[in-house]
Amino acid sequence: MGMAAAESRFHVLAVDDNIIDRKLIERLLKTSSYQVTTVDSGSKALEFLGLHEDDRSNSVSPSISTNNHHQELEVNLIITDYCMPGMTGYDLLKKIKESSSLRDIPVVIMSSENVPARISRCLEEGAEEFFLKPVRKSDLNRLRPHVMKAVSKDQKQEKHEEEKQEEKEIKSQKHQEQQQQQHQQQLSPRPSGNSKRKAMEENLSPDRTRPRYSDIAAVV
Amino acid sequence: MEVGQMQRRLVEFTKSLFMEGFLDGQFLQLQQLQDESNPDFVVEVVSLFFQDSEKLLNDLTSALEQQNVDFKKVDAHVHQLKGSSSSIGAQRVKNACVVFRSFCEEQNLEGCMRCLQQVKQEFYLAKNKFETLFTLEQQILAAGGSIPATEITSF
Repeated sequence: MGMAAAESRFHVLAVDDNIIDRKLIERLLKTSSYQVTTVDSGSKALEFLGLHEDDRSNSVSPSISTNNHHQELEVNLIITDYCMPGMTGYDLLKKIKESSSLRDIPVVIMSSENVPARISRCLEEGAEEFFLKPVRKSDLNRLRPHVMKAVSKDQKQEKHEEEKQEEKEIKSQKHQEQQQQQHQQQLSPRPSGNSKRKAMEENLSPDRTRPRYSDIAAVV
Repeated sequence: MEVGQMQRRLVEFTKSLFMEGFLDGQFLQLQQLQDESNPDFVVEVVSLFFQDSEKLLNDLTSALEQQNVDFKKVDAHVHQLKGSSSSIGAQRVKNACVVFRSFCEEQNLEGCMRCLQQVKQEFYLAKNKFETLFTLEQQILAAGGSIPATEITSF
């Protein structure tokens, strides 16, 4: 299977303890040309996402779950039932939003009960949408903007994380240089500079960081 | 029976299921999810519903037979059944579950027992109706006909 096929379809993780609802949401998502993975509990969802519940109790650094997160199939959206035994959809939502590696994945909550307090609680906690069950085909149209938003946000965040990494690697003196250079870059009237820089940063791996700096230093 | 006659029978029968409240609009949603790539989707999901619900009904029966009835547990089972029936559009089963849950909340054992019988009755009635529907469809297909689409207008 080519990579293009995987890229053309966004991947949704659907969480529901009810087997019939799992079938239904899977089919609904597939007819809207999403790639779908279904799991029957919140803890299995976290496992799939590479976040283990004991991560926080042990002093495992959060970067480990970040690494696990980059699995072969990235999750672009999570849709979860609210009422599940053990971990509820709300609990799952909170865990995702508390995780530095997962919090940018949009979460949509489904519930068969129309309880306004429940809906607002989920939205306050960072859910993008609240679907009343049974979910209908027309509801699915509301997913795409959140997926798209998250995809562009994700790219920005990657950049941000790389910048943070650079800060750690390059200590005080170099850090100052960096600021000066960035300042100069902003001032320099090169129209192509920005997009070029963006393209570079998108493909940037941490070990390419240093060469880039020597490049800039050479220019200055 | 010729194909045209069978098709008319299917249309009439389906209509009656809606008129008598056995089915609601969610069943049409289910039908819409069935296409060439998934020609047996409705039968698959509804069969799954039968299996899952019979298990739930057994669990419910034994939960209500306990010395000390755990109404939270009973409610959890009814919640599942309500969700499944709602998802396939088995409206009368769903409605019976709604009443059932209100008795769970009250911890009314007698009410719960009555509701269990009611839900069972609606479930087996629905099961019969679905089986008739699917048999009609199969007969039409076997005779080389196509399944007429359910009219959406009035529901």
